[in-house]
Amino acid sequence: MTTATAFNLGLAVLVMVLACWTVLARGAFAATVGFVAYGLLLAFIWIRLGAVDVALTEAAIGGGLSGVLMLGAAARLRASEALIAAETIAAGRRLWAAALSAVTALALVTSVLLLPDPAPTLAPAAAENAAATTLGNPVTNVLMAFRALDTMLEKVVLLLALVGVWSLGPDRFWGGRLGPRHRVDPEGMLVFLAQLLPPAGVVVGIYVFWVGANAPGGAFQGGTILAAMWLLAMMAGLTDTPPSGSRRARLVLVAGPSAFLIVGLGGLWLGEAFLAYPLAYAKALILGIEFAMVPTIAVTLGLLLAGPPDRSAQS
Amino acid sequence: MNMAIVSDIFTIAAVSAGAFFFLAGTVGLLRFPDVLTRLHALTKADNLGLGLVVLGLLPRTDGLLSALKLISIWLLVLLGGGIITQLIATSARRGGPPE
Repeated sequence: MTTATAFNLGLAVLVMVLACWTVLARGAFAATVGFVAYGLLLAFIWIRLGAVDVALTEAAIGGGLSGVLMLGAAARLRASEALIAAETIAAGRRLWAAALSAVTALALVTSVLLLPDPAPTLAPAAAENAAATTLGNPVTNVLMAFRALDTMLEKVVLLLALVGVWSLGPDRFWGGRLGPRHRVDPEGMLVFLAQLLPPAGVVVGIYVFWVGANAPGGAFQGGTILAAMWLLAMMAGLTDTPPSGSRRARLVLVAGPSAFLIVGLGGLWLGEAFLAYPLAYAKALILGIEFAMVPTIAVTLGLLLAGPPDRSAQS
Repeated sequence: MNMAIVSDIFTIAAVSAGAFFFLAGTVGLLRFPDVLTRLHALTKADNLGLGLVVLGLLPRTDGLLSALKLISIWLLVLLGGGIITQLIATSARRGGPPE
């Protein structure tokens, strides 16, 4: 066994153990911490598989933003946690749940084991036509050119998720500011970090977006870093969340998908199909869409974490 | 002895020293009695361990830009680690972990 194999095996075992620990953890807070660590280790596995783009997304979304979302949920549930723990579930229902989980796991295992060898893949076709867009990063090629429709719909789904979160707010606060106003010690460490980190973080975010054309990175990863910087400033109380009725915020929210849609319709009108880019302008158009997408992704993710409207617009 | 061997020895020595600090930090995290001393052990791994690993990897980079990237990763971890340790310590002194 080579060192690399031993390392991979160790990593896989560690992730499995951590996953079990997260499921079995008693408190919601401990389970969330386990989940964040699990996300970061998973990102490590993606790096071992050579999928750096996926690793970046997993670390940013799976480890970072989902972790913050779940920490918020755990904090909200803290009061009722003792009640939930005290509740006993009937043995019959436990058995059904166990059986259902076992069947699902078994179905997943068999379908993975039954995959034809070699697995059906479009990778050679994508690699063959990579030169068409003159982009150096094959993942960006697939996301923004060959499967651009999926990427566009993904952004629309993000927007729908935000509408879902907003609709959880009470009627009287509709159009009001999102989430609680964070108040922290203005001399404290969090404020210091929120003043020091964003200038560097914004540069890193834009850099990650920009190198996405030729190296791992892109609008989503860059936008997530920008969202994190904005959230840091919001959590330190340096800036308030915008009101959900804010026209400027809403314009930024729809700017990315609109740019995507306009380019797509342009392809229908000038070219052969929806989202068909003219070859000569493919790279410029793709970078243009990604450029429009970065602020949209940053604001959407930031607002998803800020929560539903919780105060009147004035407070 | 040519330059390649010298640089190899430097990398091996520095990365091993870094790994030692990570090991020591982990042992401290597991063995120390309370939150503050455990945090102390943890930050040693971040600061010295990662610093030595980065130092050892510097001769292997393919240019100034990659070297600067490595150094800025270390600086960011220093900043984040130091401040988050302070935040955890403050909340621990106030009333223990949230559970």
